[in-house]
Amino acid sequence: MQYTQIATVTGSPITRYGFFIDPSRCIGCESCVNACAECETHRGYSLIHVDFIDRQNTTATVPMVCMHCNRPTCAEVCPADAIKKTDDGVVQSALKPRCIACSNCVLACPFGIPKMKSELEQMMKCDMCYDRTSAGKRPMCATVCPSQALAYVPLDEIGKTRREKPVNTFLFGNEKVTTKVFMMVPEGVDAINVDITDFMWEPNYEESRTR
Amino acid sequence: MARPPIDESLLIERFGPHPKYEPPGGWQSEAQNPAQSLVKTHCCFCGQQCGIQLKVRDNQVIGFEPWEEFPFNRGMLCPKGVKRYMQSTHPDRLLSPLTRDERDDSGFRTANWDEALAFSAGRLREIQTRYGKDAVAVYGGASLTTEKSYLLGKFARVALGTRHIDYNGRLCMVSAGTAYKLVFGVDRSPNPWSDIPLADVMIIAGSNTAECSPITTDYVWRFKDRGGKLIVVDPRMTPITRNADLYLPVRPGTDLALFLAMMHVIVRDGLENRAFIKEHTVGFDAVAESAKAWDPLRAGRITGVPPDAIEKAAQWFATAPRGFALHARGLEHHSKGVENVLSLINLCVATGNIGREGAGCVMITGQGNGQGGREHGQKCDQLPGQRSINDPEARKHVARVWGIEPDEIPQAGYPAVEIIEAIHRGEIKGLLSICFNPLVSLPDANFTREALEKLEFFGVIDFFMSETAHYADVILAGSLHEEEEGVSCNVEGRVIHIEQAVTPPGDARLDSQIICDLARHLGRGQYFNFREPREIFDELREASRGGHADYYGITYEKIDRQMGVFWPCPSEEHPGTPRLFEGARTFHPDGKAHFQVTEYRESGDPISEQYPIYLTTGRVISQYLSGTQTRRIGALVDQYPEPRVEIHPRLATEHGIADNDWVTVTTRRSAITVQAMVVRTIRPDTVFIPYHWAGSRSANLLTHRTVDPRSHIPEYKVSACNIRRSQQLRAHP
Repeated sequence: MQYTQIATVTGSPITRYGFFIDPSRCIGCESCVNACAECETHRGYSLIHVDFIDRQNTTATVPMVCMHCNRPTCAEVCPADAIKKTDDGVVQSALKPRCIACSNCVLACPFGIPKMKSELEQMMKCDMCYDRTSAGKRPMCATVCPSQALAYVPLDEIGKTRREKPVNTFLFGNEKVTTKVFMMVPEGVDAINVDITDFMWEPNYEESRTR
Repeated sequence: MARPPIDESLLIERFGPHPKYEPPGGWQSEAQNPAQSLVKTHCCFCGQQCGIQLKVRDNQVIGFEPWEEFPFNRGMLCPKGVKRYMQSTHPDRLLSPLTRDERDDSGFRTANWDEALAFSAGRLREIQTRYGKDAVAVYGGASLTTEKSYLLGKFARVALGTRHIDYNGRLCMVSAGTAYKLVFGVDRSPNPWSDIPLADVMIIAGSNTAECSPITTDYVWRFKDRGGKLIVVDPRMTPITRNADLYLPVRPGTDLALFLAMMHVIVRDGLENRAFIKEHTVGFDAVAESAKAWDPLRAGRITGVPPDAIEKAAQWFATAPRGFALHARGLEHHSKGVENVLSLINLCVATGNIGREGAGCVMITGQGNGQGGREHGQKCDQLPGQRSINDPEARKHVARVWGIEPDEIPQAGYPAVEIIEAIHRGEIKGLLSICFNPLVSLPDANFTREALEKLEFFGVIDFFMSETAHYADVILAGSLHEEEEGVSCNVEGRVIHIEQAVTPPGDARLDSQIICDLARHLGRGQYFNFREPREIFDELREASRGGHADYYGITYEKIDRQMGVFWPCPSEEHPGTPRLFEGARTFHPDGKAHFQVTEYRESGDPISEQYPIYLTTGRVISQYLSGTQTRRIGALVDQYPEPRVEIHPRLATEHGIADNDWVTVTTRRSAITVQAMVVRTIRPDTVFIPYHWAGSRSANLLTHRTVDPRSHIPEYKVSACNIRRSQQLRAHP
């Protein structure tokens, strides 16, 4: 498989597994959202969401969990150094004693993941059910997902069972983000282009920027 | 004349539905006070019967944990499954028997068990003495365990001696059951779900699979992963339609024309499996002849499906090495529901697609124990083991197990809709109901309300006060799914074990105990000496022995060992039967599949100038049936709080309706006003309203009582209506 491995340690159960999002399988049932709120470390709060993209025109829906960036923008912009990534590649919620509830991370995340819990004065986000996954269990959302639009399976298994292929490189214009979580895309796609400029021809752009 | 004892809004204030949002002790309580045990059992909602583990502490269910080893769902759950534990320890829970009392502020007063049981038995006997045994009827439900279903059938026939017992499964899959019996001689989905991913071409007809049987979605997507071609037949583009290779947007009530035209193409082009037809079937020639008149052009005009799409569907299906058909209420809820299903099965049989790995047809049963609940005697015309009540041999066998004479078993009674009609015309005067909320779930709710008002005695066994129970004289506080051991049978025919996780709270009792106690008060206790559900199951095994649905070789321990046992299972050594019709041998005495000729006809509530739009009803993902349980679970209520009407923008524009506008939908029965959901995913000649709610926004105020003449299922899927923007109510975004 071609995708980029980003975990730095071996031995953790999390490094043998991949987390895969396939919007084409999503049925919008919100089982993942409900199950997330049952996770023991943040019971009562769901940290993920399902987007109903444009219900007037389509039943298409997309479940969104934290993508767990290789270089997490949320952590890079945090003035309190409150957001940590584990050695096995999972980006955690803000540490309660450090978080100053400034919402920099909420604004900076390219995927719109972190949520500011103002009543707790703390940023909370999906931590891939670290309490479960670090102990060899599967995350709540991907375990219950009835369409397996969210799947947590051994890294070498997904290519054998699915038609789509996993991609974890996202291009936001000139900004390249690689993530621990994979998006399933049709064959022939190597990276997901998010910005129109990825498709434009601007030979003089870099030059004009530096001038 | 029985009306609710006090104003219904006050009853709702006292008894709910109130949405519950948090587990016992609040969200954080488990951190300090963790669960003491994990109980492996199943979800109480829907025929998928997913495996789940309930967390239990101090005799309360406080949460859940996925059960990944259970093979059917492998840990997967829909949102109803995730939140199902919230029904436990609910503030609306009925904790003791109640009797109607107009002087009480809540309309009902707490009674002790002896008083409530003696009163109920006394009233039932009085009515029977005065008007005859058949003047009382029993309503059961397909969410009950198989033990309770069996017991209820025996109770009606042995304790009450009435022929009128039927159940809310009559509103579910009976059209399919009737059709499968006609073609194959047995009523069960013939293939296990593990066959779904192995098919090459699949037709999903009249099934909102993603919302109504969510776990099946993963099986369908795995079929797609293997390169299978998916054909979806539905008047709405439901979520599974997005991945269809061919979508046939059929006009409500015209599926039969579509399938006849597909048969036409198969016969015209010689695509039928001649060798298979010759060896394993009877009656093909008549079916081929009847399809002659149905060329795709004619069917196209009726169905609104392009003729070339009909041609393509027929060719794909007939030339596939392994063809598979999945179907649900969208085919069955019609006055020609049996014919709709028959015409689809005919396609499978004509192409040799039965009884093979990855090839066949299955009905997606909707209710929790939809399969098991209909096999052992709460259906008006059946005795345990899926035996016919008219069959002298069956009567003899069951009478011996029950310890009575065959002649003491009453003959077949009325199906569910006809029972309410008999109440309305004064023929039936007393009703005992468990696990059924007919005011929400039967068609033409105003008629149902009038009927309930005419009852001289109405007894209800339930754990929450349903809207129908507002009319009760007595409510006997029964047990939730997690409070009583038993079995149920899932959508595939797999018999599974429901564990008792907790005992009933307060003064509430096990449903089976209540039924046995009531039998004792009726003076028939000698036939109901069951101390626990296991003893009922053991008698059921004997009663079903030798029948089609043979449970004789099934035990609770064997179910646990094998993660379910597929019936028939005639002996303890027998492993069960995951796939029926291996070698194309059906349950008919000649072992063959019997083709059935079908004839197209109009629906029972045709469109007209005054009512030019089709109304179709159905379900949403977060609610289950009449909502007695799911309208009490906060997270599920929030997900889809109120019924809305889906309207295509073209139709909406014609009527000056915008998204979120309040719209009055009127049929020949009644009118309701709900908010519009303007979407491009429904045919412009059709509107859709989900049915889970009571009161003035109940979709079943609009539907009609026409039933299929053979299955007696109501025609929920087609009514004629008109729509207009409400002048009284303004849209709020």
